[in-house]
Amino acid sequence: MDAPLISLRGITKTFGSGAAAFQALKGVDLDIATGDFVAVMGPSGSGKSTTMNILGCLDVPTSGEFLFHGVHIEKLDRDQRSLLRRRYLGFVFQGFNLLNRTTAIENVELPLIYRGTGKEERREAAMAALEKVGLSRWADHTPGELSGGQQQRVAIARAIVTHPDVLLADEPTGNLDTERSIEIMELLTDLNRSAGITILLVTHEPDMADYAHTIVHFRDGLVERIETKERQE
Amino acid sequence: MLGTTLILAFREIRRHLLRSFLTILGIVIGVAAVITMVTLGNGATAAVQEQISALGSNILNVRPGQRMGPGSAGESPPPLREEDIDAIREQIAGVRAVAGQAQTTATAVRNAQNWSTTVNGTTNDYFDAQRWLLSSGRRFTPEEEQAGKAVCVIGNTVVANLFQGVDPVGQRFRVKNVSCTVVGILATRGQGGFGTDQDDTVIMPLKTVQRRFTGNRDLRSIMVAVDDDYDTQIVQKSLSELLRERRHLTADQPDNFSIFDTRQISDAMSSSTRVMTGLLGAVAGVSLIVGGIGIMNIMLVSVTERTREIGIRLAIGALSGEVLLQFLVEAVVLSSLGGVIGVILAFIATLALAPVMGVPFIFDPLINMVSFLFSALIGVVFGYFPARRAAALNPIDALRHE
Repeated sequence: MDAPLISLRGITKTFGSGAAAFQALKGVDLDIATGDFVAVMGPSGSGKSTTMNILGCLDVPTSGEFLFHGVHIEKLDRDQRSLLRRRYLGFVFQGFNLLNRTTAIENVELPLIYRGTGKEERREAAMAALEKVGLSRWADHTPGELSGGQQQRVAIARAIVTHPDVLLADEPTGNLDTERSIEIMELLTDLNRSAGITILLVTHEPDMADYAHTIVHFRDGLVERIETKERQE
Repeated sequence: MLGTTLILAFREIRRHLLRSFLTILGIVIGVAAVITMVTLGNGATAAVQEQISALGSNILNVRPGQRMGPGSAGESPPPLREEDIDAIREQIAGVRAVAGQAQTTATAVRNAQNWSTTVNGTTNDYFDAQRWLLSSGRRFTPEEEQAGKAVCVIGNTVVANLFQGVDPVGQRFRVKNVSCTVVGILATRGQGGFGTDQDDTVIMPLKTVQRRFTGNRDLRSIMVAVDDDYDTQIVQKSLSELLRERRHLTADQPDNFSIFDTRQISDAMSSSTRVMTGLLGAVAGVSLIVGGIGIMNIMLVSVTERTREIGIRLAIGALSGEVLLQFLVEAVVLSSLGGVIGVILAFIATLALAPVMGVPFIFDPLINMVSFLFSALIGVVFGYFPARRAAALNPIDALRHE
């Protein structure tokens, strides 16, 4: 098999300093292959969110190696990490994090604006992404006019409009009822299968984790165990 | 990148129309106030200059006695006489016309109407010196000047008050106790410097006024019109030397006469209105700065309020520089918008106020340009601090912000 897309080696993360210092990660080793669907589970304080922030290039490890496409990410500065997020990563959050008073299509266009995509192309790509999540009819509605499930689908459209390599979803179903949660998970599964997007999902619901191929369990700042399911193709 | 942030800035402003409007209100008022003050001030300066140039340019006025200061209360200085006029005319180069004046105020009466006016005794040279034409009739004849006949040339204000509906030329009317015949009418001049009405005058031959009104041979003043090709200051200097010699003043004695240059008065008055304009403009400028602080206020609130939004932008790959630029551009777009509205408002205000205040409307592109650029600059200065704060946010903390 190819070299893993993402590779963490001995990652530690310490918050604060001196007596108040708290070590959230105590040496995490993790490999994620291209096209995988990974669910990260664990109780609160186990370090799963800290790991996701580091994987999402939103935070830097205190020590250890982080390779993405074979590149050492831990050495990049703030703006380089921004450019990396812009180019390779898509984010979906528990709280949707859409811009208020901004239509769905404008929200979806946002990452393309930062990429400097032209107006026509931007609109087309945003429409296509909304189509993919089944919301093209709602393009001109603001988040306030959409249901939670719809908002999360807009957020997913925003994350995939740039065709990222990796989609990071931090408890995307945390604010949704079961039916909407299933819709979202099916959408993510579909994106993983048809578009080949690697998905990293943080969740504490085993039902949601079941959609993944790989489940990583965190405990006390370390990877406790990794379950791998056979791909059903 | 700039184009992108411009789009974002306009979207943001459109989304908060009322708040944006209230934010820029300070700038709008500041810019409008500065431009209005300066434009009206310039109009006033122009009006003053016009009035003073109506006095006649390049005219020196000689009077006996010092203007003011210690020593002026002593013995009265020797008066100016007609011999001085001849001496000036003969001995000083660059003099276009010299006219002696004797002046008094008197009540003019015709039929049942009274009018208190200035009686000016002078010669035909006065019209030349002032470059003052007659609208009808004629000047004095040499005989009238020599003999001190009771004839007069009158200004339009006098015509309007005493000769309604009548052609005054050839008519007689009484000035104090002298009955005099109107031979000519002056062209209208309007207001002179210091708000005096130049058309409110009755001009008689010098001898007539000296004999019938003042009762002496003294001249109140001598008007010296300088040839346009000569430097007024040089003429003034030689005039001063001639008069010192004629009045037998030794080198250590001060002048016992004074020479006014109309241009000096004009300069003094324009510079004082200019100072006033500057002061008013500065006061208005303070309001512009206060407006800028208003923008900073709102932008700071906006950064706090939009922390999550900034987090989202950073998470999806915005650079710190782009976030900084976005907020900066937003502030500059806001303040420039305020500037544009202020310029328009000032244009309307000055157009409306100028006629009310009786000053001409002079559109000054420079002050409009400067005020607008200053408003944009205020956006940069007061927008930078909030923008930097937004750009420095940590994306994780910003996303977590409620």
